[in-house]
Amino acid sequence: MGATGRFHSRRRMLSGAAALAALGALPRAMAAPVGGSGELGFGEIPDGTLAEQSLFALPGKVPLIKKTYRPPNFETPIEYFRTPITPNKAFFVRYHLAGIPQVKAKDWFLSVAGDAAAGLAPLSLDQLKREFKAHEVTAVCQCSGNRRGLFDPHVPGVEWGVGAMGNAVWRGARLKDLLARAGVRKEAVEIVFDGADHAPLDKTPDFVKSLPVDVAMSDDVLVAYEMNGQPLPHWNGFPVRLVVPGWTGTYWVKQLASVKAMSSPEKNFWMSTAYRLPRGRFKTPTFASQLYAPNEPITTMVVNSLITSLKAGQQVARGKPIEVKGVAWDSGAGIERVEVSTDLGASWQRATLGKDLGRYSFREFSAAPLAREPGGMVVMARATSRSGETQVDQLVHNPAGYHHNVIQRVYIEVA
Amino acid sequence: MRLLVAIVALAAAGGASSQESKVVLKEAPGRDKAMQCLACHSIDYIPMNSRFLDKAGWTASINKMINAFGAPIPKEDVETIANYLSQNYGKPAQK
Repeated sequence: MGATGRFHSRRRMLSGAAALAALGALPRAMAAPVGGSGELGFGEIPDGTLAEQSLFALPGKVPLIKKTYRPPNFETPIEYFRTPITPNKAFFVRYHLAGIPQVKAKDWFLSVAGDAAAGLAPLSLDQLKREFKAHEVTAVCQCSGNRRGLFDPHVPGVEWGVGAMGNAVWRGARLKDLLARAGVRKEAVEIVFDGADHAPLDKTPDFVKSLPVDVAMSDDVLVAYEMNGQPLPHWNGFPVRLVVPGWTGTYWVKQLASVKAMSSPEKNFWMSTAYRLPRGRFKTPTFASQLYAPNEPITTMVVNSLITSLKAGQQVARGKPIEVKGVAWDSGAGIERVEVSTDLGASWQRATLGKDLGRYSFREFSAAPLAREPGGMVVMARATSRSGETQVDQLVHNPAGYHHNVIQRVYIEVA
Repeated sequence: MRLLVAIVALAAAGGASSQESKVVLKEAPGRDKAMQCLACHSIDYIPMNSRFLDKAGWTASINKMINAFGAPIPKEDVETIANYLSQNYGKPAQK
């Protein structure tokens, strides 16, 4: 190990020790708040968020962690990540604009047009199901801002904990098949998507997103009408949403109403200003047609994992194995390995990976390190993708609070 | 007109609308001006984003609502709302 390696080990140990000290200082008799991230071994979400949020069931949903009522922003509690597929009723809800129509299947039509396509007569749901071959993909849908609340220092926005994500089996037509039928021409640079949602005020920019044409034409991008074998829940985009495996949730437009093949980049607020990162700060793919500003759009997810079996302060028996279980995911290279450490990152042991449900899916992991010595212990998990990307020790800060994939550090007590 | 907008938006939110009214902002000068935020979103956005923004941070948020989202907040109210938010939902003073 060279000097750099030693430095990294020490830094890991210091940050682990700092986490341990911070957790030890928590008052024990505090009333249990809902959806805190401190108890999971992360920095805590803002105190105002923690005080305000509570469990609330939207129609058709189980109680989820309410961030905001209108537009609805609801987070999935951690217990639903103890299985690799997230139930529809527990799947997180994220909207930007409060006007969310109740769309009936018979009233829904999809327009496929644009200045770089011949266009199609509007498609009904029946036509979409009947005239286009159905495909399935198991994929994680994760909000770009998942874990924003864990940022230190905090940044404004929806202060998500760890549950603005879910994994489902999506079924629908391939977007490329629709685009082929619509006669997309070579001059198309972006495919632009609009949903049926709208803002209460006319002046608010409508939520419109675009994808590079090559991404939109890839085999895995679906115009999906089923989620885990059921129609999509209203709150997750009924009747049809875009599924863009590997890319962050902002591109997964719900209640999809319009697809346009365009010869120039989409420059509305949601593309030009929101969902942007300082250029080059992350090693994720660039979005070439959107590089007209000093920043760049967020694109694919970064590798990440979540320990779901432990809570901070939990007591475990000395001499017994500690059950360390969770899920790991990335943008589609697939998970190569998950390692677990109980010595502040000085050494790592490989966890056993669960069944491979596809490269875009959650991958379960489990390990059972021994609780040897009495006293405090920090359990850490670190996922690495098949492309060699691994989770970070220190937060890569950015103004909008995206891509938090800092290694989790759960403090437990061996007695 | 502003009230009408708020009512329409509340109706669109469905089952959450009755719950939404249970979120109450702290009583303090400027609260009435801050209630204009309700035209587009529930008021829980404010406590959710506390307590880490200073007055400049809250001013930036209000200006984003006006300039990016078209919120019909009169310019002369910005200072009052920023004072209210920073005093009641702002970053605690350094000790």
